[in-house]
Amino acid sequence: MHKLSIAELSRNLKNKVFSSVEATRHFLERSKKLNPEFNAYITLTEEQALAEAAEADKRLAAGDDNVLCGVPIAHKDIFCTNGVRTSCGSRMLDNFIPPYDATVVANYRAAGAVMLGKTNMDEFAMGSSNETSWYGKVRNPWAPNCVPGGSSGGSAAVVAAMMAPGATATDTGGSIRQPAALCGITGLKPTYGRVSRWGMIAFASSLDQGGVMARSAEDAAILLNAMASYDSKDSTCINEPVPDYTATLHNKLEGLRIGLPEEYFGEGLHPEIQAAVEDAIKILEKRGASIKKISLPHSHLAVPAYYVIAPAECSANLSRFDGVRYGHRCEDPKDLMDLFKRSRGEGFGEEVKRRILVGTYALSAGYYDAYYRKAQQVRRLIKQDFDEAFNDVDVILGPTAPTPAFEFGAKGNDPVAMYLEDIYTIATNLAGLPGMSIPCGLVDNKPVGLQLIGQAWDEARLLNVANEFQHHSDFHTWTPGGLA
Amino acid sequence: MEWETVIGLEVHVQLATKTKIFSGASTAFGAEPNTQACAIDLAMPGTLPSPNAEAFRYAVMFGLAIDAEIGKRSVFERKNYFYPDLPKGYQTTQLAEPIVGAGHVDIQLEDGSEKRIRIHHAHLEEDAGKSLHDLSSSIASQGMSGIDLNRAGTPLIEIVTEPDIRNAEEAVAFARKLHSIVTSLGICDGEMSQGSMRFDVNISVRLKGEEEFGTRTETKNLNSFKFMEKCIHQEVERQIDVLEDGGTITQETRLYDGETHTARAMRSKEEANDYRYFPCPDLLPVILTDDYIEDLRQSLPELPDARKQRFQQDYGLSSYDAGVLGSDAATAHYFESCATAASDAKLAANWVMGEISARLNAEEISISHAKVSAEQLAGLISRIKDQTISNKIAKQVFEAMWAGEGDADSIIDTKGLKQVSDSGAIEKLVDDVIANNPQQVENYRKADDAKRPKMLGFFVGQIMKASKGQANPQQVNKVLLDKLNA
Repeated sequence: MHKLSIAELSRNLKNKVFSSVEATRHFLERSKKLNPEFNAYITLTEEQALAEAAEADKRLAAGDDNVLCGVPIAHKDIFCTNGVRTSCGSRMLDNFIPPYDATVVANYRAAGAVMLGKTNMDEFAMGSSNETSWYGKVRNPWAPNCVPGGSSGGSAAVVAAMMAPGATATDTGGSIRQPAALCGITGLKPTYGRVSRWGMIAFASSLDQGGVMARSAEDAAILLNAMASYDSKDSTCINEPVPDYTATLHNKLEGLRIGLPEEYFGEGLHPEIQAAVEDAIKILEKRGASIKKISLPHSHLAVPAYYVIAPAECSANLSRFDGVRYGHRCEDPKDLMDLFKRSRGEGFGEEVKRRILVGTYALSAGYYDAYYRKAQQVRRLIKQDFDEAFNDVDVILGPTAPTPAFEFGAKGNDPVAMYLEDIYTIATNLAGLPGMSIPCGLVDNKPVGLQLIGQAWDEARLLNVANEFQHHSDFHTWTPGGLA
Repeated sequence: MEWETVIGLEVHVQLATKTKIFSGASTAFGAEPNTQACAIDLAMPGTLPSPNAEAFRYAVMFGLAIDAEIGKRSVFERKNYFYPDLPKGYQTTQLAEPIVGAGHVDIQLEDGSEKRIRIHHAHLEEDAGKSLHDLSSSIASQGMSGIDLNRAGTPLIEIVTEPDIRNAEEAVAFARKLHSIVTSLGICDGEMSQGSMRFDVNISVRLKGEEEFGTRTETKNLNSFKFMEKCIHQEVERQIDVLEDGGTITQETRLYDGETHTARAMRSKEEANDYRYFPCPDLLPVILTDDYIEDLRQSLPELPDARKQRFQQDYGLSSYDAGVLGSDAATAHYFESCATAASDAKLAANWVMGEISARLNAEEISISHAKVSAEQLAGLISRIKDQTISNKIAKQVFEAMWAGEGDADSIIDTKGLKQVSDSGAIEKLVDDVIANNPQQVENYRKADDAKRPKMLGFFVGQIMKASKGQANPQQVNKVLLDKLNA
């Protein structure tokens, strides 16, 4: 059953081949069996999941036609879940039980989807390897001695190991696409403003965007249909109509103009990944797409600009974790400063502290113009690069990450090497554009990803291209060896 | 040496919106601690601000009232600092692009002259919560402080003046005028004691004729005109003393204690926070259209200056009376209701500025909490006008009304305070007094016309005393004169 797609699970539930309780129990049992090995879930919500499934079965019996009704999925532990601990991968929130649902969670609840549990992640979504989680590292289902990518490494591993057919995730600089690539699954980061950020614990507000992970573009489309909504509780959420993303999945690709940025195929890219991406391009060309070499001239500034803007925003966003109202509080504080310092010192891990320090520095008097203001200027240039490129092409294509999954600790002592993991994904966030990663082969027996970048609000086209690609290839159906 | 004082004010005005600036929680004053703080106000993880359109409307109304440029594009920024009653660890405020740009407020000085105080800008921001250090509960005994977040997220406009103010009197006149403007606009309830208006005072002194400003200090959080006045006098004196003793002024933030009426240094410039302002990424820039601004301009309520003029014209009030009664919307409304109901503006003005104002001051309450309504006061005035009671008795009736004993008519009735106009009864009173004071009667009759009016007072006093003040004074005068001159 766990090999079924979301679309297939949905059909079977509608046709009463099995019930939601049966499906849910199956995924729970599989998760309980596999999770000790992969550590992909922080929390399994077994009891609640079965209750939700029973509720979904009632709805199904009453003829509920929602595609997701009764389908079990997993939520990244960054989305607040009413009554269920939401840790954000941090000791700081180990004791935090929100009294509200994130809008994303509420949307899935309304659609009748069942929550299996909360997935592991880099602490406060800061990391590209899932090694910064307070709850320990997640193992890549394809190579248990390797990282799953991050920060949505738990969600990616859960989907890759078929502990859930789909999962929610978030992407601030590549946190959906890079782990999707490293775990051989399909991941979509929507346009900034497409998905409500209400109840999604903030890392860098102007870059964070919720998105989906699944094993195919079709499933991703189904998940996005339920996730995307306008939400007045998030001022940056934009009131743009939500199309049916499944309706255009099968559009022909004839006449599609694909741009290949030269900057995404340069030094640092694993040659075999380059080869895999080039093979993928041939598949799309066969479907009638035309290929054009383009340039995104400010690409080399994306990582430095990001590592000013994101830490600056995070330094303020994480100030609320002060030990006063919720979250970790140190024992026996001597005075107010001691309370603040020790609660934060104990509650946050290394990488989070590093970014708070960097961000605080970048915003400090005398440095603001040199760092923050300059980074914002770079951000505008990067956006312009994309605007100009999209005058000539419909979709931009390239690798998702420069290397396949690496071993634990390989980049542990070198933050900059880790930051370069997101070299191809970060610019998309700075420009607020939708991006996708789909599997396009194996390198060293580990999956690698093909990245698709679209114009704002063009998720439907990305999903269409990805779906057509998947219809004429089978990389997305490959599953980790040893996992039946 | 002759010194000149230079003062600039930063005024925090709480906007009278029903809900907070970024959440749907109520802004009502006085609720149990933390009962009016929702997840957003508590800065729970994942919560986001939703701007309150009403707060923008109020801020723009203020801008229009002070003839300021309106920021058609305004941007919220984060002002970062840690404090337990600041839940997010930053205050959402405006800096580079505020909603209200440069404007001005004209004040009237005691000598009748006008002075223009320039406003640098006014910006929208959220209030913080309150730290409660003097708890009676067991918490305090454990050395802990309480935090009440009911106020967190209450919308404020911070109004920043240019350093145009030269003394405490001007500062108070400005503050009163501002109070008058915001209450007339209905954008602030004006309840000073509840912190609805709070002043930070920047003070420096320099030798008269000097161009450069002296080093300034900032005294924070003064919430009454009286405190502000006292604080300015003290601080100016302190600075002059320091300078005349050859010392220098340290740039510092000072905190005024309303209990002891003293201020102390809170932190120096060196200890000042670096607030690391940057645009709030959770809130998009707010763009106001010309139509929006014009609609508000057209629908602005009457402002104090216009009202003062109208009161002079329509009610024949003096410039002073019109200024006092027109200063705030609640007083103006009270006066007008009373004047209309009593059909006598002059008497209404006298009573509002006299008895009512005295009681309000004595009890330190605002006119909206007056224990005698405008209509009740009009009822009393009507009885004075139709001579049911004298002015003197009226004051007695007013006391009873204030004490909640009922309307003028019922008090007059139950206490039997009705003026005696029955000529028979008055004649008897006059006859008795004449009979009991033969010596005075004789003196009066021998005196010349110039001395007589003064001597008459004695008899009138005796008669009124005998009637417990209820005899109609005009009638008493008439009968008394007739009998004495007979």
